[in-house]
Amino acid sequence: MNFLKRTIPLIIAFIMGVMMVFQYYVPHEASQSLLKVVTRWGITIAGFAVFIGAYSLFHLHWNKIKRKFPGWGYSIFVFFGAGITIIFGLYNGGEFFLQDKQEGTMFDWMYFNVQVPAGATMFSILAFFMASAAYRTFRARTNEATILLIAAIIVMLGRVPIGTMIWEYLPPIADWIMSVPNMAAKRAILIGVSIGAIATSLKIIFGIERAYLGGSD
Amino acid sequence: MERLLRIDRRYIFIFVALAVTIPLIIRVDLPVPATKEVKGIYNKIDSLPEGAHVLIAFDFDPASKEELQPMALALLHHCFRKNIKVIGMTLNPGGAGLADSAITDTGKQYEKVNGEDYVFLGYKTGVELVMINMGENIYSAFPKDFHGNATVDLPALEGVQSLTDFDYVIDLASGSSIEAWIAFGKEKYNFDLGAGCTAVIGPDMYPFLQAKQINGLMSGLKGAAEYEVLIKRKSSAVAGMSPQSVVHVMVVLFVIFGNALYFMTGRKR
Repeated sequence: MNFLKRTIPLIIAFIMGVMMVFQYYVPHEASQSLLKVVTRWGITIAGFAVFIGAYSLFHLHWNKIKRKFPGWGYSIFVFFGAGITIIFGLYNGGEFFLQDKQEGTMFDWMYFNVQVPAGATMFSILAFFMASAAYRTFRARTNEATILLIAAIIVMLGRVPIGTMIWEYLPPIADWIMSVPNMAAKRAILIGVSIGAIATSLKIIFGIERAYLGGSD
Repeated sequence: MERLLRIDRRYIFIFVALAVTIPLIIRVDLPVPATKEVKGIYNKIDSLPEGAHVLIAFDFDPASKEELQPMALALLHHCFRKNIKVIGMTLNPGGAGLADSAITDTGKQYEKVNGEDYVFLGYKTGVELVMINMGENIYSAFPKDFHGNATVDLPALEGVQSLTDFDYVIDLASGSSIEAWIAFGKEKYNFDLGAGCTAVIGPDMYPFLQAKQINGLMSGLKGAAEYEVLIKRKSSAVAGMSPQSVVHVMVVLFVIFGNALYFMTGRKR
């Protein structure tokens, strides 16, 4: 069993990893054909991830209902919402799911009249919480916090049209903060993350990092 | 003063609600000068000849609609006015409906024909894999469009075999898809790339702007408003500038007031 569950996936990861690294640098026709085939395989496999995702979601919420966790009543709506959406999605306006997507179906109605306004509402609520959090927690406790606070105020005012009316130099100062200190910090983080990603990829290819296989390794 | 510091947050919510609704009722036209980042996208599209192919990736879902849909509409108006062929797609499963309605409704206003002047390819799972697949052969990645038509027969895609053949690609993103388009699209298949994103993601994009990996950036509702001003079609983004300005000023006042109270109550010690 260990051979099937551990060794074979490690061999596949090693072969595919090394092959795709070399493929990137080989412009030969065979290399391009291989890339085309592998990406199509990848897209197909990624499509199956939806079933794992759905199973994980339903399993989590079923347990919440079964064990009466706090707020378990909301989990009922997960099943209710997902069930109705799946049924109307598969029904496809009477043409069923093997046909191309139909126009003006109940599925579309639910998308535009439930998902779109609900999503917009969730996003809009952020403004209320951000204002409350800014008032309660954004304090100039240290020198670093003070610098951050001043920069935040300049950027907040400089990035909206009213900033020019308050002081004409606010937008250029805000642009400078974004283009120089912000960019330097972002680039440093980006380079660090990229080097980390390369290191992790090499560890996976050579079988040093095995967490993706599951279990305690 | 202690009580003011611990004020019930619902009072703050009332202030925010008023700051949003009053400027929407009493309309004030604020100047929205275009930044060079937004002009980068505008100038690129403006320089394209009639019949050029522009790919717009609607990589956002309804949660980010308020910021990104105005950008999409402004871009579509600009492209259709210039008789540019628009090819839409999405890597976000929640974005297909919004993208389809944006392209179809805007296309109708300019009497454009689906399949001839524009096409919406729909959603495909796989993100980076889809980009690479499109870079190799777009018909392999999307054999059919969103409405089930075979893409190989569509006049809108005539002259397009892969990502390299697009005159311009724009990614409207609410997640990390811009980085993916740069790494797996632009750098590998060499095309001009512009980006639009939510205001939260905007600061992350500056390294790519400076490195010219993206030639322009629309960030948040303000980016969309700037584009609306550039194409001389003021719409929802410009209308949203007044409430956004007032809320920003209010948050700044809250921060200043909160800090003033904090120091007056001697909390620093």
